[in-house]
Amino acid sequence: MNGILVLMEQRDGLWNRMSFEALAAGQQLSAKLGVDCSAAVIGDGVAALGNELGSKKLAKVFTVEHALLKNYTADGYVVALEQVVKQADPAYVVLPHTYQVRDFAPALATRFGQVLISDVIAVHDGPIFVRQLLQGKLNADYRQTGNGPCFVSVQAGTFRADAVEAGIAAVEVFVPKLEPAQIRNKPGELFRESAQTVDLSAAPVIVSVGRGIGEQENIGIVEELAAALGAELAASRPICDNGWLPMERQVGSSGQTVSPKLYLAVGISGAIQHLVGMKGSKTVIAINKDENAPIFEVADYGVVGDLFEVVPALTKAVLAAKG
Amino acid sequence: MKILVAIKQVPERDAQIHVASDGKWIDESDLNYTINEPDAYALEEALQLKEKNGGEVVVLCAGPERVTSTLREALAKGADRAIHIEADDLAERDTLGVAQMLADAVKAEAPDLILTGLQSDDLGLGQTGVVLAELLGMPHATIIMQVEVVGSGLKAKRELEDGWFQHVEMPLPALLTIQSGGNKLRYATLMGIKKAKTKETKTISAAVAAAAPAITLERVYLPEKQKKTEMLTGTPAEVAGQLVEKLKFEVRVI
Repeated sequence: MNGILVLMEQRDGLWNRMSFEALAAGQQLSAKLGVDCSAAVIGDGVAALGNELGSKKLAKVFTVEHALLKNYTADGYVVALEQVVKQADPAYVVLPHTYQVRDFAPALATRFGQVLISDVIAVHDGPIFVRQLLQGKLNADYRQTGNGPCFVSVQAGTFRADAVEAGIAAVEVFVPKLEPAQIRNKPGELFRESAQTVDLSAAPVIVSVGRGIGEQENIGIVEELAAALGAELAASRPICDNGWLPMERQVGSSGQTVSPKLYLAVGISGAIQHLVGMKGSKTVIAINKDENAPIFEVADYGVVGDLFEVVPALTKAVLAAKG
Repeated sequence: MKILVAIKQVPERDAQIHVASDGKWIDESDLNYTINEPDAYALEEALQLKEKNGGEVVVLCAGPERVTSTLREALAKGADRAIHIEADDLAERDTLGVAQMLADAVKAEAPDLILTGLQSDDLGLGQTGVVLAELLGMPHATIIMQVEVVGSGLKAKRELEDGWFQHVEMPLPALLTIQSGGNKLRYATLMGIKKAKTKETKTISAAVAAAAPAITLERVYLPEKQKKTEMLTGTPAEVAGQLVEKLKFEVRVI
């Protein structure tokens, strides 16, 4: 058991962009530990992607090829990757924390009697893997204590894809043993519900509302503030889950990613799933009753107070300032 | 169809969290607990499947005595039976240890379908369901918005990134992890609360933790700030005035 193996994600020959963040994480961990870093890409007809990895600073690249791996299934990936990990025999397996990884990686780790350290936001000496608890209210240091390979998935934006180091790596084709009967799930085509009519990514100013608003009837005061500022109205997931605003106004890992000039968060605590969707905003203002709400960690200006008092006062002041 | 819903009891979302004196977990003394929200959606999906297809809904929860209040609530909402795995040492078990404990209890029930939330509000590892399926040798799918019974199997709608979805079909028995927002959650009715008192809650004791954990939580602490936040204080009108100054001269959106 030695070195690091990064599992890269692709669909139909296109990379998931988070794969290169995981690759950067793998390379940096390998430098820290003084061990080799290798990478694997899995699918059917992924030679071109493997060659692309051949130009990165890696000890080895595995192209894991099988006709049954054309479309993603948890079963296909777990069976194939179990064989790849056994062959490469790494001490660490690094993955991007994507929806797909969340679907198969816990089962893969289980096959080795290990537990995936998921959604990691930092790696310190040790190595210690940092992840968040209680929707971002606390950080936690995790350490691998098992004897098998250590599986780690990294949160979007934790490592920079452009930090991946170039180099030359040998590419090796790996053909796993895989039978049709081992794949129990039948995946369908990908689809979208309806054409998105709200493009929040282009909005210069966004006023976003979260759980703190309490009731659907209260959203009006936030709408008034958005109107006063000429802003798009957005929301965190619970608001859309409740049907108080349409899903297409959701910001976060399951909604839109935005980077406006101003993001004004009203009654949003700031769970990591929300923060990944808005932390690229130029200026963040947060209004929340809980001074320990994680939204304040990314806010430039913060107001600890009752949104039902602060928001109407702000709307009035904005309208007055605009004359 | 026999549906088993694995639920977790977690601190309420707006609870004031304090780090325990040993720095290894949170101070639990003054906390209020509730059902993990994604698990509430899993329960709702199970109750709706039962209403459409008939069968039985069994809720399962591991933890200390206090988790029985969450099980009672699930019974009041319409679950038929509850199983409490009595375990005071959840913090010392990792995901594999917890999933093993659940797997032992599930085997005796032999359900057609297991539902659970996609992740917990406290640890947020998002793995217990998948690991449980792996231990039981069942197919699974994660982050599910809708479930439909099709022939002798299931059709589930998976949420993917950036507004994409995918249907996945699989045979039974199977395990699905449920995303929030797929259904509207119901409240317990007075009648439901009354009926819950007559429903069975079986208590089983957890086996002693079999193995040393594969991962260990060493320390919890408040996150460092990523940005220097300027906190504005005063009456609402004063704060609003200060914010408008910032919006005009710093952010320049007015």
